[in-house]
Amino acid sequence: MVQEKLNLTLLTGRTIEQGVGKESGKGTQEYFQSTTMVYMDETDMNKLELRNNDHVLLSTEEGSVVLRAVRHPRGAMPGLVYIPYGPWANAICSTKTTSIGMPSFKGTPVEVQPALNQPILTLKELLRKEFGR
Amino acid sequence: MSIVKSVTCPVCGCLCDDIELTIADGAVAQVKNGCAMCEAKFFSHNNKHRITTPLMRKDGELVPVSYDEAIQKSAEILANATYPILYGWSSTDCEAQRIGVALAEEVGGVLDNTAVVCHGPSILGVQDVGIPTCTLGQVRHRADLIIYWGCDPWSAHPRHLERYTSFTDGRFEGSEWKSYINKVKAAAGKKKLRSLERKGILKERHPHIAPSVNDNKPPEILNKKGRKLIVVDVRKSMTAEVADYFLQVEYGKDYELIQAVRALVKDQELDVEKVAGVPVEYLQQLVDAMTSCEFGVIFFGMGLTQSAGKFRNIDVAISLVRDLNMRTKFAIMPMRGHFNVTGANTVFTWQSGYPYGIDFSMGYPRYNPGETTVVDILMREESDAGLVIASDPVSNFPRRAVEHLVKNPLIVIDPHMNATSLVGDIVFPASIVGIEKAGTAYRMDHVPLPLKKVVDPPEGLLSDEEILSRILNEVRNIKLKTLEVA
Repeated sequence: MVQEKLNLTLLTGRTIEQGVGKESGKGTQEYFQSTTMVYMDETDMNKLELRNNDHVLLSTEEGSVVLRAVRHPRGAMPGLVYIPYGPWANAICSTKTTSIGMPSFKGTPVEVQPALNQPILTLKELLRKEFGR
Repeated sequence: MSIVKSVTCPVCGCLCDDIELTIADGAVAQVKNGCAMCEAKFFSHNNKHRITTPLMRKDGELVPVSYDEAIQKSAEILANATYPILYGWSSTDCEAQRIGVALAEEVGGVLDNTAVVCHGPSILGVQDVGIPTCTLGQVRHRADLIIYWGCDPWSAHPRHLERYTSFTDGRFEGSEWKSYINKVKAAAGKKKLRSLERKGILKERHPHIAPSVNDNKPPEILNKKGRKLIVVDVRKSMTAEVADYFLQVEYGKDYELIQAVRALVKDQELDVEKVAGVPVEYLQQLVDAMTSCEFGVIFFGMGLTQSAGKFRNIDVAISLVRDLNMRTKFAIMPMRGHFNVTGANTVFTWQSGYPYGIDFSMGYPRYNPGETTVVDILMREESDAGLVIASDPVSNFPRRAVEHLVKNPLIVIDPHMNATSLVGDIVFPASIVGIEKAGTAYRMDHVPLPLKKVVDPPEGLLSDEEILSRILNEVRNIKLKTLEVA
């Protein structure tokens, strides 16, 4: 059944592409490509009628961000979305440190909906939008 | 052209020290033995994203200034601040970190390193229950059961398997590389068949079905000879694909799963069919593998420290290893991320007694994670200046925490332009530790290794250590003058 939006759980973490991007320099195209994507489960993508590389809008209590949806290449992870670490992932991550200093980088509830015509902001555009610099 | 051997790679906590570099015309021309991240780092020393001169924000724009001017201004900011944050430290050498502690004490600020958003909870767990651990050399030569729990070394520590665990030839345990190659070949064959089916060349026998969690029926592993590799994760990571046994745990239920494993290790029976989405029969296989091994190791990562429960997950994982040591030999180790985050914890502990989140505002070191840790301070909007060195909190902290960091004067020391340098008020370019400056770093198992200088830094660029010493001197001068005036 096709749905307009889904309520999922946000995980953030590492990928090798993001690792290479961050070591090459955060201004590189590799870094941009590897951190502006979100891995989704195939069944979840089917529910939203998404194809690989379609843009999606992810919203949490902290804010929202547009990213590229990519089918998770190995196995199933229903109910989860996975964004490689970077300023885009952190635009929507929870700041709750549960009183031990560690923000909740994994486990923030997130609403995902297709946003086919919305652009992905570049690093400079994102910083300007969020911090005015 | 010259070749430098046995270079230590300054990228991740593995600190691989077998890298071979070819240097031509004062630049790295070839990298041998390294992983993709290692190559990217060594080649990054002369790319266009380097900062070439100190920058200062004037009328909203970053403009080039001299080191002297930038150091003077930074010292003024830090000396006049009442509660500055000094954050980062994990991608620089122990020599710079040592001066960082002195600077934090001098300005009465909060000294924190990237462990706070990484393995901080692991440190808390260790402080609670201790840790039975070992060095990676022990693992390489003796471990016959490797468990990666909530971590994906294939992506974050690419040579960990190859140098220290499953794919290395140790003195008493061999490499499992061949069995992996066979697995890859089999998978490639299946892929080819599926591709032919899709193209209509072969009659379609396997219509495409979306993968499901129930596909992960693990094979019988106890029959396998040689080293066994088990991965426990919420999704099938690259490492999980390589593993002999993959257990997919439901998100946020690692605590529950480990407690169930502890019960099984103690020969208790579970009267449920599944724990955290894993059938108890699979868990029993895991436990049988654990108790029947000669020497097992659990490596854990952000899957435990950042998920619900955080440091409690580590508490219970360490307790599991303690229980296992009643039956066989077992060790546990956190997969540290930055190449010298272990060094940052070690140096801070030598000097102040605490590994991270150290508050010097009372004139003596105080440590209370949740209060003196940097994200909490930023969320409570208490700091009034910031110094960020060798890290990128604007990329890696949640947005609302960064908002406060950016509101106040922000000093950044980094070799490359990143999100933090883009929004900083004073930006210092630094030479790259481990490429343009020699130093010391700690591997994830607390073994200190020397970092080499292989090329010269761009002309006029100072190292982290020099920049910090000069700021520290200047801060002391300012304080002395204030005292004299008073």
